[in-house]
Amino acid sequence: MPILEIAAKFGTYAVMAVILIFALGVVTFRNLFHCALCLAAALIGTAVIYVVLQAEYLAAIQILLYVGAVVTLIIFAIMLTEHLAGKTARQNNSQSLLAIVGLLGFVTLLATLILKTPWPVTPTALQAKNSVMGLGKALMGTYVFPFEVISIILIAALIGTVVIAKKDAPEEPL
Amino acid sequence: MIRSWEFYVDMIFVTAKAWILSLLGRFLPDWIVVLASITISGVVILCLGPVIMMYLTLLERKVIGRIQNRYGPNRVGKWGLLQPIADGIKMFTKEDIVPANADKIVHLLAPIVIVVPALMIFLVVPFGERMTAVNLNIGLLFFIAVSSVTILPIFMGSWASRNKYSLLGGMRTAAQMISYEIPMTLAVVPAIMMSQSLSTNTIVLAQTGDFDLHWFIFTPWGIVGFIIFFLCATAECNRPPFDLPEAESELVAGFHTEYSGMKFALFYMAEYMNAFTLCGIAATLFLGGWQGPFLPSWLWFFGKTFLLICVMIWFRGTFPRFRVDHLMGFAWKFLLPLTLINILLTALWQFTSNLTAWLWSILILGISLWILVKLNRTFVPEKRHYPLES
Repeated sequence: MPILEIAAKFGTYAVMAVILIFALGVVTFRNLFHCALCLAAALIGTAVIYVVLQAEYLAAIQILLYVGAVVTLIIFAIMLTEHLAGKTARQNNSQSLLAIVGLLGFVTLLATLILKTPWPVTPTALQAKNSVMGLGKALMGTYVFPFEVISIILIAALIGTVVIAKKDAPEEPL
Repeated sequence: MIRSWEFYVDMIFVTAKAWILSLLGRFLPDWIVVLASITISGVVILCLGPVIMMYLTLLERKVIGRIQNRYGPNRVGKWGLLQPIADGIKMFTKEDIVPANADKIVHLLAPIVIVVPALMIFLVVPFGERMTAVNLNIGLLFFIAVSSVTILPIFMGSWASRNKYSLLGGMRTAAQMISYEIPMTLAVVPAIMMSQSLSTNTIVLAQTGDFDLHWFIFTPWGIVGFIIFFLCATAECNRPPFDLPEAESELVAGFHTEYSGMKFALFYMAEYMNAFTLCGIAATLFLGGWQGPFLPSWLWFFGKTFLLICVMIWFRGTFPRFRVDHLMGFAWKFLLPLTLINILLTALWQFTSNLTAWLWSILILGISLWILVKLNRTFVPEKRHYPLES
């Protein structure tokens, strides 16, 4: 069915363009809340790309973690600073030029890495990476040590936040 | 092959779709047939969502009316059956009011965006045998991910209105939905463990047995998981007794205070569609989905779902609203530990599932419930006095 394939291809490019537009919105809008919403849209677009590439699990996790949790957290933070949300905020400062140079360096590094890596696309490899069971087995078997270390780091960070938050409590009663 | 009439009644919708597609396939190219297949499912869902929502409002008003010893709507049409249509016309003709200082674009987008996740969940709900619109192999995860997006449009609406009641309602919604999402997700885990799949279809198929009554709810972990999931589902769609985000007596109408006409109707629609899909998913996970003896599969599914919805309406008619700290405490200090214990129980059940396992489960559950209740003693805040000036 060539017509459907062409349509899917065009659709994918359209989604990519939309992601780029929203990503630009994130760094150009003057209103922080609009930026956060653009970020959410860009992340959902990325999830759509994952779906097109038949990585549904990754797409669902992307939406669950980034849109459901991270963006919500960002919006919460913006809400707590209401005076910032209403007014306009400058998106650039005197270090913009340096930042662009750094960014270009990072992009070239990433691009060379992506171009150099041989991406083995075989049916077996696709099968192995798609299945939730394979992922679970890898996390609980081969990669159990880094997995547990990350958990410990996360718990340490959580306890640290609680400790920091607790210190201020007696000084400033609500 | 000759099949019994029950089979044809069971497969009536599937057969109808296949018949239409084969008819189209006679004189149209293949790719149009593929598109038509998608379009048919899509159109059915796009019509099903709003129609279900319209009649849910009628059902709710009728049942609440009966609970409160009155008739409910009975003027428009027989038994008030045309009432939802009259409501719809009223909504369309209402004036659309936008606050002067509102963020116009976000204010407009919020009610439109909120319908999208509510409709998308319909895609993975198995309405009957072979009646899942998209048989995703991560169906359940899709449901959890998409329903977590619902917070965003509520935030958008509440923030864009520039109204303190809206903002308070939005904050409450966010806090409540994030809190209840965690026990809800964990309550689903036992069903995934036992069926060893994330696909809603496979989870239903894992509940077959004698008379199609081998449902997950007939196991100790199933009952606990179902109750937790159902309570969290009630909280997720902001229905009483978890309706703090739109508590009329405190916040006017919560996050949709500044919405009128069709925009308000869209918020309302998303809420009712969420109630339906959450009940449908609860039925799928723990009540055997479309499995059941004698009757056609889709009838079983809708029967179970509407039974759960009636329980939700019953909740609304009987329970008073939670207090904010009770609401949060219930999710974090009671439901969350209970789900973890439930996951442990499921793991035990995997190895032995006989009478002794039942006894052990009841023992463990009883002890943990007792400990949790003891730990969650009612907290009585210090009495505060506000002496009047002068």
